[in-house]
Amino acid sequence: MDITPSELMVTVAARELKDGESCLVGVGIPNLAANLAKRTRAPNLIMVYESGTIGSNPTRMPLSIGDPCLVTGAKSVVTMYEQFAYYLQGGRIDVGFLGGAQIDRFGNINSTVIGPYKTPKVRLPGSGGACEIASNVKKIIVITPHEKRRFVEKVDFVTSPGFLDGKERWKTLKLKGGGPYAVITNLGTLKFDEATGEMTLVAVNEGVTAEKVQESTPWKLKIADPLERTPPPTAEELRVLRSLDPERIYLG
Amino acid sequence: MDSQKLMTMNEAISKFVHDGDTAYLAGFTHLIPFAAGHEIIRQGKKDLTLCRATPDIIYDQMIAAGCARKLVFSYAGNPGVGSLRCFRRALEKGQPKSLEIEEYTHFGLSGRLFAGATNMPFLPLRSNLGSDLPTYNPRIRSVTDPYSGEEVSVVPPLNPDVAVVHVQRADALGNAHIWGIIGEQKDAAFAAKKVILSAEEIVSEDVIRSDPNRTLIPDFLVHAVVHEPWCAHPSYTQGYYDRDNEFYVEWDEITKEHETTMTYLDEWVYGVYDRAEYMKKIPEAKKARLRPKPAMSVPVNFGAV
Repeated sequence: MDITPSELMVTVAARELKDGESCLVGVGIPNLAANLAKRTRAPNLIMVYESGTIGSNPTRMPLSIGDPCLVTGAKSVVTMYEQFAYYLQGGRIDVGFLGGAQIDRFGNINSTVIGPYKTPKVRLPGSGGACEIASNVKKIIVITPHEKRRFVEKVDFVTSPGFLDGKERWKTLKLKGGGPYAVITNLGTLKFDEATGEMTLVAVNEGVTAEKVQESTPWKLKIADPLERTPPPTAEELRVLRSLDPERIYLG
Repeated sequence: MDSQKLMTMNEAISKFVHDGDTAYLAGFTHLIPFAAGHEIIRQGKKDLTLCRATPDIIYDQMIAAGCARKLVFSYAGNPGVGSLRCFRRALEKGQPKSLEIEEYTHFGLSGRLFAGATNMPFLPLRSNLGSDLPTYNPRIRSVTDPYSGEEVSVVPPLNPDVAVVHVQRADALGNAHIWGIIGEQKDAAFAAKKVILSAEEIVSEDVIRSDPNRTLIPDFLVHAVVHEPWCAHPSYTQGYYDRDNEFYVEWDEITKEHETTMTYLDEWVYGVYDRAEYMKKIPEAKKARLRPKPAMSVPVNFGAV
């Protein structure tokens, strides 16, 4: 069967996870990416969930971040306060996944509201732990479909700070985290300019051109030279990934 | 000994939850005290300030039923499914009535409980800076760190009038054993002025004393003890029953309109007397499906010379 966009995004995200790292995982696509990494190149990946489970080892797909299967066989389970204080603010998480309705060119993310805060057009769930993850984790990875309504010049609301309006101002906040690291989409991979913090297209997926990515991005997109091509999933990556979501709830 | 603490949920809510109270029904996905929420709805409590990191379906129901004046929260989604439609209707359309909100991050809200529980004047945290939340919530402030001179975000303590905490087992005095995802239960119990504790099982004090590290809440914080099996359904109780994920998905459909939500509440909340009657309406086959496989911990030696 053909490789779906979700399968490609999950595979690319899994390759960003290194063996021995600690990873703050969310449900759905990030969970698949973490579990794929753990079952292939990063067997010692420490999976941490916002609900306070440390070193989870789920035998089935968790259906929420508080799923009981994340507790069974975990290394530790701590209170909500301890999770945020000891693990996140304590600087013990290497990689975190974030998602949202909107992301802008400096990686600021909105998961709070579309339209004005006090008279919302669409009210979204809000931060949860996203602001803490953005502020304290060393590398932030965002997996999102590449659509114009999601990639916006300026987010309606900054729920999770990226590099704000550029890295200079971000530095003045002295956040302990490393900020946005990669945005993985169905079209390619974007990373952030070392000096300015601006989102930069670094790789395009099979059959995608830089022009196509620009068409789905409302600002003049910075493009790396040379621009890489995303290596397709290997047979082994696909086999493991498809076994993780046999009912294809997330893989499409 | 205060044996008067043991009572029904009906009695506990009637005695310890009052119109206008600030209430915290604890539980991060796990151990959410739905039976207490339903009893609050049945008793028509109103003008409540409802606090929960994750309002979840329980507060969505209480908002639809008109119990809430204000919501203090950090993540208002249906976990693993999507939106909380009653919450959204209240904010986007003022239906059934408008709802005031006070919004934090997860660390901000759990930090508020921690500060409330430990009697701190406020709690500094490395969060909120760079986010738009402080612009819209004047309770999130910044102070100058007296040591480094840098700006630091702070949140105020939260001391609810009443907290409701569900646990796996407790003795009749309210010494509570909790395991699995322990969320904000301990902090909510220590922060609140009154605590209603419900338990799947009431056990002897000897059982509690055999495993004291598992006691997150000691009896002297607790005002009411309710023996309430299946209290947390459709959320879950680790080791007793799993989360009813089908219902979390169905809730999205049930709440498409305010009227369809009220039809549900009429049948499943107003139309039953208590949790036992509610559970009678759930098919046995479903209950059996929700029973978890055993995964027993290895006993430890608490002995001394």
